[in-house]
Amino acid sequence: MALEALQRDGFLTARLDDVISWARKNSLWPMPMGISCCAIEMMATASPRFDIARFGSEVMRFTPRQCDVMIVAGTVTYKMARVVRKIYDQMPDPKWVISMGACASSGGMFRSYSVVQGIDQFVPVDVFVAGCPPRPEALLHALMALQEKITKEGAIRPSARSAQITIPETVSGAPA
Amino acid sequence: MDQSQRTKILAALEDQDTTVTITDPLENEMVLNMGPQHPATHGVLRLLVRLDGETVMAVVPELGYLHRGYEKIAENSTYHEFIPHTDRLDYLSPLSNNVAYVLAVEKLAGLVIPPRAQYIRVLVCEMARIASHLVAVGSMAMDVGALTALLWTFREREKLLDIYDVLCGARFTTSYARIGGLQQDWTAQCTTMLNTFLGEFEQDLQEVYRLLSTNRIFVDRCENVGYCSPDDLIAWGVTGPLLRAAGVPRDLRRDRPYLVYDQLDFDVVTLPESDALARFYVRMGEMRESAKILRQALDLLPEGPIFAEDSKRVLPSKERIYTKMEELIHDFMLINLGIDPPVGEVYAGIESSKGELGFYIISDGTGHPWRMKIRSPSMVNISAMPMMLRGAMISDVVAIIGSVDPVMGEADK
Amino acid sequence: MNDEMLGRITAAAGEEPVEVTEFRGDTTVVLSPSALLRVAECMRSELSFDLIIDVLGVDMYRPDKRYEVVYVLYSISRKAYLQLKIRIDEEHPEVPSVTSIWPGANWHEREVYDMFGITFTGHPDLRRLYMPEEFEYHPLRKDFPLMGVPDSLPLPRR
Repeated sequence: MALEALQRDGFLTARLDDVISWARKNSLWPMPMGISCCAIEMMATASPRFDIARFGSEVMRFTPRQCDVMIVAGTVTYKMARVVRKIYDQMPDPKWVISMGACASSGGMFRSYSVVQGIDQFVPVDVFVAGCPPRPEALLHALMALQEKITKEGAIRPSARSAQITIPETVSGAPA
Repeated sequence: MDQSQRTKILAALEDQDTTVTITDPLENEMVLNMGPQHPATHGVLRLLVRLDGETVMAVVPELGYLHRGYEKIAENSTYHEFIPHTDRLDYLSPLSNNVAYVLAVEKLAGLVIPPRAQYIRVLVCEMARIASHLVAVGSMAMDVGALTALLWTFREREKLLDIYDVLCGARFTTSYARIGGLQQDWTAQCTTMLNTFLGEFEQDLQEVYRLLSTNRIFVDRCENVGYCSPDDLIAWGVTGPLLRAAGVPRDLRRDRPYLVYDQLDFDVVTLPESDALARFYVRMGEMRESAKILRQALDLLPEGPIFAEDSKRVLPSKERIYTKMEELIHDFMLINLGIDPPVGEVYAGIESSKGELGFYIISDGTGHPWRMKIRSPSMVNISAMPMMLRGAMISDVVAIIGSVDPVMGEADK
Repeated sequence: MNDEMLGRITAAAGEEPVEVTEFRGDTTVVLSPSALLRVAECMRSELSFDLIIDVLGVDMYRPDKRYEVVYVLYSISRKAYLQLKIRIDEEHPEVPSVTSIWPGANWHEREVYDMFGITFTGHPDLRRLYMPEEFEYHPLRKDFPLMGVPDSLPLPRR
């Protein structure tokens, strides 16, 4: 219907909110906080077979100043938590966080003295991905769930719409 | 730089007055932090680099950003429960870590494994070595600037991960080896897939080789960079491709054969130059030798059981666990309460893709190990890095880290 | 372990007792800490055990001689392993450092210090390897709980 209107009148009307959300969700530049094994699966997601580039996340910039979404992939220890928080603080708004894998979401299989049992203790998380490590398809599913969340959140009046979003989406990957 | 000039610079910084001149602007040393989050440090390795202009004067690596407390976890788990933890050590070749750990426990318990299981373990170890070297070669090339090589090597790796999927049920962290045997048997489908892979592998490897070895930029960035003499490497305890690229032909598969390596024919690839380019060629050569070993092992694979005959120590097969009562009880006891090896201590090491991976296990007779120490090759390789980096330029640091190929999951335990 | 090797080790140890045990093909030589440096020098120079594979600490949690330190050595020419073990007690957990003989023991000894609190006299750079500098405990001791001591490691605020 939109295309017909475009061909008939030569212009489109849409809500600014939707246009901005559409632009944001289709060009999510990830900041790969690749810490351990999940980082290899993240690299595999960027590899030719699973190809995260077709979702707009072509450039995995390692500088936080140019990124939208931080994918925390791997076990976060107490020593590393300070660094993760520093990188998160350096990212410009709007920013999102995907917690990839069991270790980042809840400490995973490492219930020990040096592992933080879940990064949501110090960083607000938008999407959790289960799996150890999650298959690349699961990470892509998480990215798509994040895209849905961005659409629902809205850009112009975020407070009015994002009040509906209170629970982070949980995506379960195929068991590893 | 003398005191008066130093104070002038600091005062100038405070006033933001840039009209101060100094006689030699390069005559100062700067400490640069290549922090734990860095695109080229192969994980969370922190390097504090002291620079004189662009030349590296000294480097202090700092570990511990991925210290997960494996050894403490091992004291609180039974021997079977620790097998999934060994996957996450050298997470580029998880299958060989499984085999290394299981070999150590079997040496402690005195179990004898049937030949079919030994051949299958050789197959998975060599596939893991190829997978690990593919990532090492690809990321070294990417760090130096050749992004194409990474995408090609990851494409090859995906074929190997498909074989793991069929064989072990998981593509990445497999937990395939069991104490006394393996999780499930090698099937005809795996043989077909591996034969297809081997048929294409030589040619694909040759493509990557041709792309990089004649590339002027790659060779210039890696030649004569990161030299370390063989005596220094031996003094620091370095093993693996770094030592073989310095001309010392030490390979545990040849010197102290484990599994069935004494019945297989392969060469130990050594080069004398001991720089980053030599390490790259050694890894490429080792991949070719691994392909040779895979072909031989596939031909020689015998029929037979894959579990040792010892019902009080070895897990029974899954079908019997689900259908028979006695096997169900054995399964429960063995996993939750442990296999009760005799009191004693052993050390068992294998030649993994980074060097010698060893497990030192002290048993007190119960189902939990009293102490388990993991000898990780990456930690030792990183400890030898300051010697290689002294005198290099700042842009060589990345090439040298890529040639050392540390894996932080292993180095930090 | 043939008689010639054993003879040289006993000669290097002097009056200190030397005990040799074997288990599953691995040979362990138990020494006293005061004989360690002499025997280690003999192992490297005369018996050509030039590659230091590992240095590890053990907490046996017994009243007498609580800690043990084990050195795993390898000889490239002989293609053989050998292990040295020393036992020390809880009140004075100090061991002479072998970094002057094998520089590779440097990081291994730092790890033993970090995990057990055993100090190595003569070590060039004895500081923690894995845990942060400010951490006060030694994690691999048997009286340190698996989940750690609450609030012993700081966490950034959300």
